[in-house]
Amino acid sequence: MRFEFTDEHDMFRNTVRDLFADRCPPDAVRASWETTDARVPDLWGALAEIGVLAALAPEEAGGLGMDEVAFVRILEEVGYAAVPEPLMEHAFVAIPALAEARSDALDSAIAGSTTITIDIDGSGTVASAAIADAIVTRVDDGLAFTTQYDTTALTTIDQSRRLAAVKGGVTVGLDGADAALAYDRAVLGAAAQCIGIARRLLDATVAYVGDRQQFGKPVGSYQAVKHHLADVRIAVEFAAPLVYRAAWSVAHPETHEPLARARDVSMAKAQASDAVDLAARKALQCHGAIGYTFEYDLQLWLKRAWALSAAYGDARRHRDRVATAIGLA
Amino acid sequence: MDLELSQRQVEFRDEIRTWLTEHHPGRIASMDTPDGFEAHREWEKVLFDAGWSVPAWPVAYGGRDCDLIEWLIYEEEYWLSGVPGRVSANGVSLLAPTIFNFGSRQQQDHFLPKMASGEHIWAQGWSEPEAGSDLAGIKTKAIRDGDDFVLNGQKTWCSRGAYADWIFCIVRTDPDAERHRGLTYLLVPADSPGLERRPINRLDGEPSFAELFFDDCRVSADHVLGEEGQGWGVAMAAAGSERGLSLRSPGRFMAAAERLTELARSIRADGSIDVRLRDEVVDAWIRAQAYRWQTYQLAAGLMGGDEIGSEASLGKVFWSELDVELHATALRLLGDRAEIVDDNDWLDGYLFALSGPIYAGTNEIQRNIIAERVLGLPRRG
Repeated sequence: MRFEFTDEHDMFRNTVRDLFADRCPPDAVRASWETTDARVPDLWGALAEIGVLAALAPEEAGGLGMDEVAFVRILEEVGYAAVPEPLMEHAFVAIPALAEARSDALDSAIAGSTTITIDIDGSGTVASAAIADAIVTRVDDGLAFTTQYDTTALTTIDQSRRLAAVKGGVTVGLDGADAALAYDRAVLGAAAQCIGIARRLLDATVAYVGDRQQFGKPVGSYQAVKHHLADVRIAVEFAAPLVYRAAWSVAHPETHEPLARARDVSMAKAQASDAVDLAARKALQCHGAIGYTFEYDLQLWLKRAWALSAAYGDARRHRDRVATAIGLA
Repeated sequence: MDLELSQRQVEFRDEIRTWLTEHHPGRIASMDTPDGFEAHREWEKVLFDAGWSVPAWPVAYGGRDCDLIEWLIYEEEYWLSGVPGRVSANGVSLLAPTIFNFGSRQQQDHFLPKMASGEHIWAQGWSEPEAGSDLAGIKTKAIRDGDDFVLNGQKTWCSRGAYADWIFCIVRTDPDAERHRGLTYLLVPADSPGLERRPINRLDGEPSFAELFFDDCRVSADHVLGEEGQGWGVAMAAAGSERGLSLRSPGRFMAAAERLTELARSIRADGSIDVRLRDEVVDAWIRAQAYRWQTYQLAAGLMGGDEIGSEASLGKVFWSELDVELHATALRLLGDRAEIVDDNDWLDGYLFALSGPIYAGTNEIQRNIIAERVLGLPRRG
């Protein structure tokens, strides 16, 4: 038992954090709202270059062979920077599924010459479908690879994370890919992003209330404000370890059968969704009116928080899954 | 990263699990009654004789030299087994770390084995009528006279104070110094002449804590812990332990959450559960797991040389509020049977849990600490 990240984990995370700070600052997130594709220019190529897209693909297939424990910390950074790209869907869910199925589509996905998103419950409502080249789709008990589909854009509150209704297309089965595992990966990936979003909301709010003066003092010196933010810090503190613990479960199928994995992943999403919901509420309240404006950057994270708290199952739905796993009918 | 128990850790877990099963004393009276207190003292001796009262301590003082991970495993098994609680907890969790850090060799050799065996049960004498959350407002005076200190003043909310053998106090040895200065950490025999103890009945009616009245009470200067006048710094080292994982480890809440799920299953004949209450039960279960894994992560850091500081306040708020909500959920499951006191461990547990957000520094104080020292928000202007 040693619950500790390695130096290698930290270095990989720091590299990606620096890349996002450089290539995906708030201005870039905001700019993506105004574009037709909601992408950040050149970011996808840069992610391919430093190996992020290929991180989870096996080494024999040209990937880095990293595990989920390393990658959830990358996904925290995706949340922290509110990165518009479907990195989680592509690198954390689609690529492992393509690798399991030994799909021909794997090479181009690793290289970043394609973008692949997911329809993990077969609902037909898909994130980033309009810009993606293909979708890994839930079909019956398995997964399939869908291309040349039609999309109808759905206007979402977070325009840097766009959804579309998907119809038709050419579908090829992904034999050997594990649909239940893919679902759990998506849930875990969303949970990790929620942690990063919550941290960003907290950091931004701590900075703001330390600066903003009322009655001749920083508003952050008042207890009512302090206690709001202490509660957010506590929520993040006790949600993040469940995300890492779930990543370990996903990475170690030999000791975690599917029900245990589902339990761990759902615990993580339930706590992470609750934490980011709280962070969003308190961040807005502590900012006051400025936080309620479109012009102020806080809204970029508020909207991502609302989207990902509910995406791939909200807290209540995941507590239901945990209930099943621990024998509460 | 490795989140599996090693072979050695599995063997350790199995050893304590087996021992607890074989030595379970059954149900004994509340430790807050005179008979129950002595019954709990006997249980301490049973644990001590088998080397299980203070496993994380050095072998020389009755421990097993367990590392932090083994201690967490021990705690999980201890609470899951349902054996009686620890009447020694105040001493072992709050005082012992201070004796290890600040005590003389003589004090360590004298006090630690007796604490481990249950011969000395300790109570905490810190709060005063005018010094609660604002602990630096302590007024109880201890004036040096020859080889003794002469104590005058009053302590209150002294947990276990009604029956304890010894009391660890913070007293003002320099009456001219203010606030955090001029305080001294002093170990006081409970049978000292000039010390009167008046039990205070708790919310549940049990005389769990006491008021202490010092009237020219003489205590040997040999019983100063750390240096005279340095009591605040000495005490704050223990405050970290009190708020941190040593007082209320995750095992306690994991066990309570398991019992809560069993209660939820048993409440209706067909095993079904009201969907809203089920959500609360699962939330409590998840939060117990969250505390567990946060603690394993914290433990890895501590074993790697990190120190726990203000971050201990995060845990204190989390476990104390989890405990209240977990028990409140149990009472909602019991519905109109919840008010019946007889054999109602959940009601006892609820009343005890309600003290959690108050003791060891109220949760309002903890949130101030988190805001100012963890998040770096400005101090009060």
